Amino acid sequence: MPDQASVDQAAPAAVGIELRGGALAYAGQEVFRDLDLQVTAGRTTCLLGPSGVGKTSLLRLIAGISPEASAAGLTASDGGPIAGRAAYMDQRDLLLPWLRVLDNVTLGSRLRGQRPDLGRARNLLEQVGLTDQATARPDALSGGMRQRAALARTLMEDRPLVLMDEPFSSLDALTRLRLQDLAARLLAGRTVLLVTHDPLEALRLGHRVLVLGGSPARFGPPLEPSGDPPRPADDPALHGLVANILHDLAR
Amino acid sequence: MNTPIRAVLTLLLLLAGWQAVVWLSQAAPYILPGPLLVAKSLVGHFGLILRHAGITVVEILLGLVFGTLLGAGGALALSWFPAARRWLLPLLVVAQAIPVFALAPILVLWLGYGLGSKVAMATLIIFFPVTASFLDGLRRTEPGWLDLARTMTAGHGAAHWAELRHIRLPAALPALASGLRVATAVAPIGAVVGEWVGSSAGLGYLMLHANGRMQIDLMFAALFVLAIIAVALFFTVDRLLRRLLPWQPDSLPNEEGDR
Repeated sequence: MPDQASVDQAAPAAVGIELRGGALAYAGQEVFRDLDLQVTAGRTTCLLGPSGVGKTSLLRLIAGISPEASAAGLTASDGGPIAGRAAYMDQRDLLLPWLRVLDNVTLGSRLRGQRPDLGRARNLLEQVGLTDQATARPDALSGGMRQRAALARTLMEDRPLVLMDEPFSSLDALTRLRLQDLAARLLAGRTVLLVTHDPLEALRLGHRVLVLGGSPARFGPPLEPSGDPPRPADDPALHGLVANILHDLAR
Repeated sequence: MNTPIRAVLTLLLLLAGWQAVVWLSQAAPYILPGPLLVAKSLVGHFGLILRHAGITVVEILLGLVFGTLLGAGGALALSWFPAARRWLLPLLVVAQAIPVFALAPILVLWLGYGLGSKVAMATLIIFFPVTASFLDGLRRTEPGWLDLARTMTAGHGAAHWAELRHIRLPAALPALASGLRVATAVAPIGAVVGEWVGSSAGLGYLMLHANGRMQIDLMFAALFVLAIIAVALFFTVDRLLRRLLPWQPDSLPNEEGDR
């Protein structure tokens, strides 16, 4: 049902993210300070960096679930709040083991005391290829299926902002590539901030790739690879960029 | 070999061992009756034993119901009100160290020789494991689930209640279930201790009474029935819990797994 699918993908009016003066100290050590970040509306921005550089904390700060990091200013690009307008996807699927896949996908509505739109949920499950697993419990699913269910749950929230923390890092290489393609297709038009430690993933999915590094951490110059995501994984140009990034990260 | 056959074989071996001890030790029947004598007594006094067993079963079940309700309610209240937790949790921990059996005479004094004191005894002994494990479960919710819920409910009211109802409560059910398993195992102890201290009915009373009149075979028969009741109750509750919480890894080794 291509018509139905395109209706579902019509994202709410895109907004960007404006972060000013982000700060994080961990065990008395300054991880980052005075960090500014602009995420362009309707685009996918990938955040790369070595572990411990605070990229997950930065994402969680924007999601409103980081008690340790703080910001001098954090708004959407239209001046409104981020809270309530961002969907969050973790590197773990975070599916509730006692709920069927369909009920997991509609968790947000039930938490807000709203009637879940089961038709939309079924449609999203169809788009991530989990139609047959709708009534299964998560423990009956493979790792890739579980992460696809988490992706459907994220999309079900239908928020203009999507914040993803290494969403595919626990998957095997082939499943990861497939899920990247799927995510790029389903998230098109939304403002996505994706944290990853995988340079290839960042370059495949990001309109813009930011590398966070150093101590205290700073953003390097943004990379804007040519072509639209998802870029093919075997593109030689991408691999040249991967080599550059790895070189930068290793410094 | 499947489980029922194995269980029957084990039982037969135990009975044979028992009979062997009786033969070898030449013990008098009023010290250690053989299995045959006990079986005869069981058949001969079946009506009597059944009547007393019924009373004990009622005490155990009522104790389980009240203990579980009070324990679960207490855990919910403690997890919902941080102030209550600060004041009452240390008290609860200390109270747990008091041997509940020592309270049995007082309970009998206050509540009389009837059902009440035994149900109170079983309730008390069940209350602590149920409260402790359920509270533990309520406080150990996977933080990732709560973070996710927070991003979903940001900007909406009543998030705390929704979080409890949809996430923390169901997530704590397996912990409550393990508390219930412990409770089921100890509930018969509460009832029987209550009966020993002062009663006019129940298997514990029957055992004391038979002991006093040197009817050791009857005492053993009553004990045998008590054991059957306790084991049957435990396995019923265990099966029920597993069926109700099918997502939870089993706390008992699964027979399917080791075959």
